[in-house]
Amino acid sequence: MTPQFLIDFKDFISQPWPWWVAGPLLSLIMFVLLWFGHEFGISENFRLMCAADGADELNEFFKINWQSGIWNLLVALGAVFGGYLASHYFLSPDGNVAHVSAATMTCLQDANFQFSEGKVPLVPHFYSWEYLFTWRGLLIIAGGGFLVGFGARYAGGCTSGHAISGLSALQLPSLIAVVGFFLGGLFMTHLLFPFIF
Amino acid sequence: MKQSRYILIGILLGMVLYKSEAVSWFRIYEMFHFQSFHMYGIIGSAVLTGIVLVQLIRQRHLKNLEGEEIVIKDKNKSVPRYLLGGFIFGMGWALAGACPAPMFILLGSGYTVFVVYLVMAMTGTYVYGLLRKRLPQ
Repeated sequence: MTPQFLIDFKDFISQPWPWWVAGPLLSLIMFVLLWFGHEFGISENFRLMCAADGADELNEFFKINWQSGIWNLLVALGAVFGGYLASHYFLSPDGNVAHVSAATMTCLQDANFQFSEGKVPLVPHFYSWEYLFTWRGLLIIAGGGFLVGFGARYAGGCTSGHAISGLSALQLPSLIAVVGFFLGGLFMTHLLFPFIF
Repeated sequence: MKQSRYILIGILLGMVLYKSEAVSWFRIYEMFHFQSFHMYGIIGSAVLTGIVLVQLIRQRHLKNLEGEEIVIKDKNKSVPRYLLGGFIFGMGWALAGACPAPMFILLGSGYTVFVVYLVMAMTGTYVYGLLRKRLPQ
């Protein structure tokens, strides 16, 4: 028998987490990593993986001691486990759902997204292998991945390195990068999406 | 094992971003349509509490576990690199609906197609490495 308080705890954390819980926890993660002697930045892992795969012999940008970044690769590995745990054991009572606003739902339906039971799923239908072999799926997954990998290294960081670590340390370059993130995102969402969806 | 603490931090990161729905393509779509405060609340409250924590580190000269004072290096000054790189990153973020951390989290929650996203992100990083000297920095 599982003790009742454990069941209650599981139910408690299975609810959707509000922004005011998620945000402070993210800065706590940054703080704990600083205490361990490291700076929070997930996209650096792409460079570490390139170096570990032999790119260090091909290009000087990858001549880094990737072993010194093992801690960061382990954070990424932990994130894989965290995703597994959250999606298998701590799903919200109403399912694997994104609780987006009514305005967003209308917007999505206007763009030909179809939802059953009036619920928006957490992930879209095009996150699948079958869909990867359509031009749209390939563009979203492969094209999106390329842009994120290229852009993150060019800008010297991603959402964790610039928006959270950088802004917290009042770094002007990070503010410029975050403005870039939003300009790029708005350009994609408002000017290019009409051609894609 | 000393290194397991990083896996635990990663697990927490995965839980936070999954349970707050920040891994959702639809939440990113909503954010770029300014139709909810949710994502702005996550980033905004992370930055506000982060600023307080970093000020605490700097004013109290807090030391890390190794006993050295925690120093957060200033990022190199430049504009084009951050703006252009950021713009390209932002396009990918909106398109795929996932930035680097959510990519690993979605991979773990069973969307194995993100292996392709990961390989392409590594390719993008590698191509940046090749072109680096020819790009405005």
